[in-house]
Amino acid sequence: MEILKVHHKTRGPAAGTIGSALVGVVASGNLEVMLERTLADTECTVEIATPVRGYDDVWKAVVTDFVERASPGGLRISINDGGARPDTVMLRLLQGVRTMEAGHD
Amino acid sequence: MTVLSNISSTRIWDASRQSREQRIAAGSAYARGKQVAPGDATKLLEAVIRPGDRVRLEGDNQKQADFLAARLAEVDPSVVKELHIVQSGVVLAEHLDLFEAGIAKRLDFSYSGPQGAAIARALKAGKIELGAVHTYLELFSRYFVDLTPHVALTVARCADRDGNLYMGPNTEDSPVVIEATAFKQGIVIAQVNELVDKVPRVDVPGDRVDFVVVTPEAFYVEPLFTRDPAQITETQILGAMLAIKGIYAPYGVKRLNHGIGFNTAAIELILPTYAERLGLKGKIATHFALNPHPTLIPAIESGWVEQVHSFGSEVGMDDYMKARPDIFFIGRDGSMASNRMYCQSAGLYATDLFIGSTLQIDLQGNSSTFTRDRIAGFGGAPNMGSDPHGRRHASEAWLKAGREAAGEATSLPRGRKLVVQIVETFGEKLDPTFVESLDSVELAKSLDLALPPVMIYGDDVSHIVTEEGIANLLLCRTAYEREQAIRGVAGYTDVGRARDRKAVEDLRARKVIQRPEDLGIDPLEANRSLLAARSIKELMHWSGNLYDPPAKFRNW
Repeated sequence: MEILKVHHKTRGPAAGTIGSALVGVVASGNLEVMLERTLADTECTVEIATPVRGYDDVWKAVVTDFVERASPGGLRISINDGGARPDTVMLRLLQGVRTMEAGHD
Repeated sequence: MTVLSNISSTRIWDASRQSREQRIAAGSAYARGKQVAPGDATKLLEAVIRPGDRVRLEGDNQKQADFLAARLAEVDPSVVKELHIVQSGVVLAEHLDLFEAGIAKRLDFSYSGPQGAAIARALKAGKIELGAVHTYLELFSRYFVDLTPHVALTVARCADRDGNLYMGPNTEDSPVVIEATAFKQGIVIAQVNELVDKVPRVDVPGDRVDFVVVTPEAFYVEPLFTRDPAQITETQILGAMLAIKGIYAPYGVKRLNHGIGFNTAAIELILPTYAERLGLKGKIATHFALNPHPTLIPAIESGWVEQVHSFGSEVGMDDYMKARPDIFFIGRDGSMASNRMYCQSAGLYATDLFIGSTLQIDLQGNSSTFTRDRIAGFGGAPNMGSDPHGRRHASEAWLKAGREAAGEATSLPRGRKLVVQIVETFGEKLDPTFVESLDSVELAKSLDLALPPVMIYGDDVSHIVTEEGIANLLLCRTAYEREQAIRGVAGYTDVGRARDRKAVEDLRARKVIQRPEDLGIDPLEANRSLLAARSIKELMHWSGNLYDPPAKFRNW
């Protein structure tokens, strides 16, 4: 298992007030994303646990674009990866911040 | 004048008819009337086929003349040899055995799903001389010009004693092949499941059929167009939402063809849910040139689809289509009638949009399903995935695309077909879909092919859809813009990561690139609950149990 930690400054806080959310499942080609609203409004950390080695730069690129697209300030995000493709990772992250907004369960 | 009359007096004008008569006489030794016993089929083939003949073995992408294929593979290669095989689909192992044994030497074809790797090996070993990988309509056309078969081996559900053939929903390629063969003094042999007193419908008239073999087992049909909704991913659902909201809706696409992949199956399955909510019913996706995809059932049942004409049938769909004559083309006997030549023409000239997937796309937008070790063939995609310059009727979608392509520069209105490639940025085993150069270009060099096999040329492509967004290539004005538009939806592939970020953001500002958020698409909705049916069983229920899925798709 490889552990990777990424920290970003964001434009502003993530929308909504929900404290935490979990999206996805740990399965082959899939991933589980846990989001917790525990950081300062312009901070975001993403911690990735993945069984696949050698893709650090792709993970960093996905997370950088995600922060740019979603502005997930205040969120501590933990990823439990099952060997998902980058497109699936991005989709789950975007689903995660949407779930943190009110009105979704 | 004297010279001319000398020439005409020495010229034989019916050598082909004489040859045909000799072949028929030789074959008749094994026949009673037109009927040949299955045990004599190999002898029959040895009697009527001559070395170097062009032989058309019915291998479509669906039905297979499997019995005759096996018998042809058994002929004595010292008698029947160096054949030129001209057929749509190289699908069965026996099709390759012909080349291994030296019975056949040259190949012109369109499609090879499961045998793609075997063809590549045979080519590299020098066992096959490859003519070309055609689109269907192109190969059928060549049957009437320079690839007319000497012998056609076809397949039907049943025949009567005069040789009239009934093919039912699986008529497919047969009429066009048989007409080309029969009217050019060729020999037509049909394998049939049974002999009947009267066929339910004459799909091929008996006077075009020379010999009939009743086989011990029914012919094989490949369920090529069945996609199990259970395997559709959320990324594919997101792509389907993009296609509907970003292309079908703004262009008002009513007449269309879908490819056979999971991406387009996802589109079919969210018409009654997502597109319904967008208020698009009746405004998009009403008329299809399409095989009877089981995943279209929910859209048909909820009143989305007005009409479907098909290239072939699909295993298990017969009873459903029979019960829906308002939607499908149905014979007087009650069963559906397909015709690949007609439907390919319809897909070329009478649809406004083709959307399908591919394995590789390069920086110019050229696509191919060939990889280094697979000669996959293209089927109908190069035909339907092209802008027909012979089209002369207008539609809203066609004119809008034409305006976008022409920009400010035109005084003469002209339309443009929408040719959409819908892919995920990574394929199986994390193979990137976007590449600097197609594998098929390398393959063409190594095999010394005159033409690198390209499924859809970049200049025919109007849009590329990935999970990252839609690139509208019609709006690109320079080669650089085009390349950046492609890189801009290529995700985290090397091609995508090498984008000029500034150029891509400029393209996004001009709506050349549109992201899901630009179109108001909520990623949370990209969820399997959006599928009108989530399993084969649910498709069956939608059909009122008229759809009878093949065994390999029944997992309950």
